[in-house]
Amino acid sequence: MKKLLTLTVAGLMAAGPAMAELVFPSLSYRTGPYAAGGIPFADGYADYFTLLNERDGGIGGVMTRVPECETAYNTERGVECYEATRGEGALVYQPLSTGITYQLIPRVTADGIPLHTMGYGRTSAANGEVFEWVFNYPANYWDGASVIINYLLEQNEGSLEGQKIALLYHNSAYGREPIRTLEILAEEHGFELVQLAVDHPGQEQGNQWLTIRRERPDYVVMWGWGVMNQVAVQEAANIRYPMDQFIGNWWAGAEHDVMPAGADADGYLSLNMNVLGDLPVFDEIQQYVHDAGLAAGDGSNLGSVLYTRGMYAAMLAAEAARTAQEIHGVDQIDASMMRDGMEALEITEERMEELGMPGVGPAFEVTCANHGGPGMGRIQQWNAADQEWVTLTDFIAPDDSVTQPLIEEDSMAFAEESGIEPRDCAM
Amino acid sequence: MFYREAGDFKTTYAADNQTFPIAFDRWRYWAVLFVAVFVIPLVINDYWANALLIPFLIYAIAAIGLNILTGYCGQVSLGTGGFMAVGAYATYKLMTAFVWMDMVTITLLSGLITAGVGVLFGLPSLRIKGFYLAVATLAAQFFLVWIFNRVPWFYNYSASGQINAPERMMFGVPVTGPNAEVWVKYLFALGFVIVLSWVARNLTRGSVGRQWMAIRDMDIAAEIIGVNPLKAKLTAFAVSSFFVGVSGALLFSIFLGAVEVGEAFGISKSFLVLFMVIIGGLGSIFGSFAGAAFMVLLPVVLKIVGVDMFGWPTDIVQHLQFVIVGGLIVFFLIVEPHGLAQLWRLAKEKLRLWPFPH
Repeated sequence: MKKLLTLTVAGLMAAGPAMAELVFPSLSYRTGPYAAGGIPFADGYADYFTLLNERDGGIGGVMTRVPECETAYNTERGVECYEATRGEGALVYQPLSTGITYQLIPRVTADGIPLHTMGYGRTSAANGEVFEWVFNYPANYWDGASVIINYLLEQNEGSLEGQKIALLYHNSAYGREPIRTLEILAEEHGFELVQLAVDHPGQEQGNQWLTIRRERPDYVVMWGWGVMNQVAVQEAANIRYPMDQFIGNWWAGAEHDVMPAGADADGYLSLNMNVLGDLPVFDEIQQYVHDAGLAAGDGSNLGSVLYTRGMYAAMLAAEAARTAQEIHGVDQIDASMMRDGMEALEITEERMEELGMPGVGPAFEVTCANHGGPGMGRIQQWNAADQEWVTLTDFIAPDDSVTQPLIEEDSMAFAEESGIEPRDCAM
Repeated sequence: MFYREAGDFKTTYAADNQTFPIAFDRWRYWAVLFVAVFVIPLVINDYWANALLIPFLIYAIAAIGLNILTGYCGQVSLGTGGFMAVGAYATYKLMTAFVWMDMVTITLLSGLITAGVGVLFGLPSLRIKGFYLAVATLAAQFFLVWIFNRVPWFYNYSASGQINAPERMMFGVPVTGPNAEVWVKYLFALGFVIVLSWVARNLTRGSVGRQWMAIRDMDIAAEIIGVNPLKAKLTAFAVSSFFVGVSGALLFSIFLGAVEVGEAFGISKSFLVLFMVIIGGLGSIFGSFAGAAFMVLLPVVLKIVGVDMFGWPTDIVQHLQFVIVGGLIVFFLIVEPHGLAQLWRLAKEKLRLWPFPH
């Protein structure tokens, strides 16, 4: 016991804070049933910061550091990771888990560290007046649900009257997020919503697909993650459900989700918030990071859907840090300056072009009141023969008239629950 | 030399039957309590509290609970996670329904509610045992998680299906919620641990505990000498579930703050507590503490040694942890079925003779 204690203390001292660096902790998961999604995202996140260090000497001349902490998508481990890395001067947390996000929202609010949940987490955090420290730009789940329905409306000449849409969701806070939006949209557009929950970790879906076979919904919308996606695509193939009527959200649309089903997965649709294909920045990552032997993980994920998204997340964090440095005129920013930077973040087409990733996401700006961004998404389709995703549409805008009142309602409920006095952003 | 019975004369039955018959142990016990109550709260920081001490205290309660059922009464249970969920959801419902109620009452009531549920699921133990009972409790685990997911009343119809612990004050300081100081949470959990382990220790060496052990060792023989199996088994389930419920309540209210049942109280939690009991030692209160400490410390120590000191990739360290825990379970089951507690006992035996073992 004493030996363990000595080692622990030694470890803590070794992990003590160092001067002049920007710390972006990565709460990753490279193990467990969600590792398939966690690995490429974490690789992309780490590689982009390595690129900044190697190519530009950090951000504004200050080197970055990305301490990685394994959460295994488990909330308790996530909390431990948060506490372990917080003292190192962490600037922003991106846990890539809605469960951990719910744990961290009260903690970061009390500790004053920004939390960025890009396209996941608590949707109503888009209301910056209530959630001062939480950001979820450029899009959230309610936007995603609305974008999918808008796409389907477009496919059906503007009417979903009398159609039946099944929602196959991960039975957790993550999967339940879009239900409210879809219920309201169902009422508005006159379609019937069938809810099918899949329990963690998601391998057991026989019953759900039996229901789908019986009910014959016109479309199946999926809110899945990890092993659940692969199983769902395989099950859909088994019952010969038409793949072009099966739409995943942006966490259910990566290569590894559809590859196991082989040619049967051809035509599967999913949302994405990023552009696909060869970005100039990948060449630079190859040159400065991978060829130099500094790649995170085994380096095999460069350019995949989730790698791109991890890199995109890192880019948004780096740009926010740069903005913060400009606002405050110092190089070594702290967490509260980082928050100011995130709130003043402006991503333009030109800037993305400059960074070597033209059109990787929508152009947007974050404001004090709106932490949610434009919420746009595009639809992509899997081409099994060429083993690649094909982007079908341009960025589709969500129906803000539906999502905005929901955000208002849910964030106000949170404010009341936790005794937060909403800020007044008009001032 | 210091650790011996010699010279410590017992003149009453009470003194003869005390938990720590050796003077050195008594001093050590009070010293540990003193450090835990008066020193640690002053020096504790967020990391030590949230990563190590608070989970250790909470899991220690759960391990004692499971040890009462499995170690003392011999009824195998794989439903610990489900019963912890009962405690957590009872706490949540009580906290939101009776805003005025203080946290100690709420936690104890949650324990009582869990005890009721535990007795209900303990009923099959009167007819089946061993492997079959394990499967029946496994059913309890899945049923309870399913019902908390399924019935919106349990999570107050919130859109996310999560439960969140609102802020509650005690003596003018918050004990739950994000603004609670860690030393408050620590002391709150510690209070429960001290009282409950004292209760457990005295229950297990009294007539109730003897009945449990008689049932464990041979239920037919126990029945012949006059132990009522109905009463013994159901009290074991009730007391065990009470402990487990309190630990689930604390896990939710002071440690996690927000809980999603399938993730926080899934089958893996049942196994985690079972591993604590196996590694710590079946049928030992000290073993429950040792097992809980071991299982909470191991991942953190491995991470600090592997990732922070040697710079290994995080996934390798995580996999290493599975290997080590798996290996240790096999090792303890084969070599030392009584776990760390037995090693401790042997060490004490040796200490008594030291430095003249012959």
